[in-house]
Amino acid sequence: MRIVIAKPGLDGHDRGAKVVARALRDAGHEVIYTGLRRTPEQIVRTVIDEDADMLGISSLSGAHAFLFPRICQLLVEAGCIDVTVFGGGIIPVDERPILFDSGMRAIFGPGTKMQEMSEFVDAVISRVSSNQPVGVGEGGDWVWSSGE
Amino acid sequence: MGTGYGLAESERLPKTIFEQAISGNRRSLAKLLTAVENGEVSHDLLGISSRVVDGSVIGVTGAPGVGKSCLIERLLSTWTSDGLKIAVIAVDPSSPLTGGALLGDRIRMESADDNPNVFVRSFATRNQPGGMPNAVVLAADVMRHCDYDIVLIETVGSGQSEIRIVSVADRIVLVEAPLRGDEVQAEKAGVMELADMIVVNKSDLEGSDRAAANIISALEVTGNPPPVLLTSAKTAVGIEDLAVQLRTLPAKPGAELARARERLLTAWDNALLSRKDINEVLDGLASSENSAQEWVENNLRW
Repeated sequence: MRIVIAKPGLDGHDRGAKVVARALRDAGHEVIYTGLRRTPEQIVRTVIDEDADMLGISSLSGAHAFLFPRICQLLVEAGCIDVTVFGGGIIPVDERPILFDSGMRAIFGPGTKMQEMSEFVDAVISRVSSNQPVGVGEGGDWVWSSGE
Repeated sequence: MGTGYGLAESERLPKTIFEQAISGNRRSLAKLLTAVENGEVSHDLLGISSRVVDGSVIGVTGAPGVGKSCLIERLLSTWTSDGLKIAVIAVDPSSPLTGGALLGDRIRMESADDNPNVFVRSFATRNQPGGMPNAVVLAADVMRHCDYDIVLIETVGSGQSEIRIVSVADRIVLVEAPLRGDEVQAEKAGVMELADMIVVNKSDLEGSDRAAANIISALEVTGNPPPVLLTSAKTAVGIEDLAVQLRTLPAKPGAELARARERLLTAWDNALLSRKDINEVLDGLASSENSAQEWVENNLRW
């Protein structure tokens, strides 16, 4: 899988994003890391140019409620409906349904085991091969729950 | 996930995608490059012939940390303000154990994210010999067909003898930096002898003048020495001159045989590694007493 890991917005906390990028690399995926402080438009362009299958976005500043749905919306507008979007960072549980509604398929909070990230990616691969929706604009109500 | 997942059937045909890419559709170009990278398309399938060497595909090589990506970013902003369209193929290594890769060159190329006349694509080596994926040749040709005036290929951070880049690029720029060893380093054989231009970057640091002087004196005795430029990707000193010279850089005479040899080796490696039974062959070698030498003698004829 080609996976873009991106840091939207202004927060400079990228330890988590880098650890995730490294873990997905070790799970055999090709990971493109964007670096800090990217706009939603820049992130979507990276996803398009790199022809990524998945996009992971991380935010610890509290701006996820605006940035994450905006990125999903831009992806759909650009025709990238098949890209699977997942998120991480400090995302309160009661704010997650809105993010899932915008097309995200998983939110990983602090303490997530790397094994679980890898299982999520495997679940996405298996759903793609059986033509079940996983993309940001493909609808359906599947979202990742740990232990799946 | 393969190419074109999510696209209608007619849009998945490589020639259709190619036409859309030529008309300026970035997503089609990106999808086509994935197909190229996965070996699913060829020059024949796209209806194009191999490109004539014209100096428009430039390899940028050098050790890790000398400033290749930052230098490329400077070139991107200089050339695009002159009205040129530039594509970049940024190669980073794949893990020999898991096949995974962390592709991070574009972090330092800000133009990659919003300049409409720039297209940056990261390639993993996928453990192909010489640190240079075979797909880069066709990828560069496709980018040239899509109206990109110059294609820059950034190699993996390389040592002294990684010269496979000469089989894919028209011109080679070797990037050096000060404080990378004593003056004997400049005398050693290797990629320095094949470079069409040598750039000593980080000229803002002490010792850069001496590094350039050592390289110039080492190359003077060889005849036909390539130009040696001092630049600073940090302060932009020397970038303008570099951008101008690269556009008309002649090929270094005397490197033709070495280039031909690398092209042959690339084609040979490609033929070997695309054998249908390659995984069985590797499993056999990994688990048995048979030597690779024996396998070659028994199985390959020419």
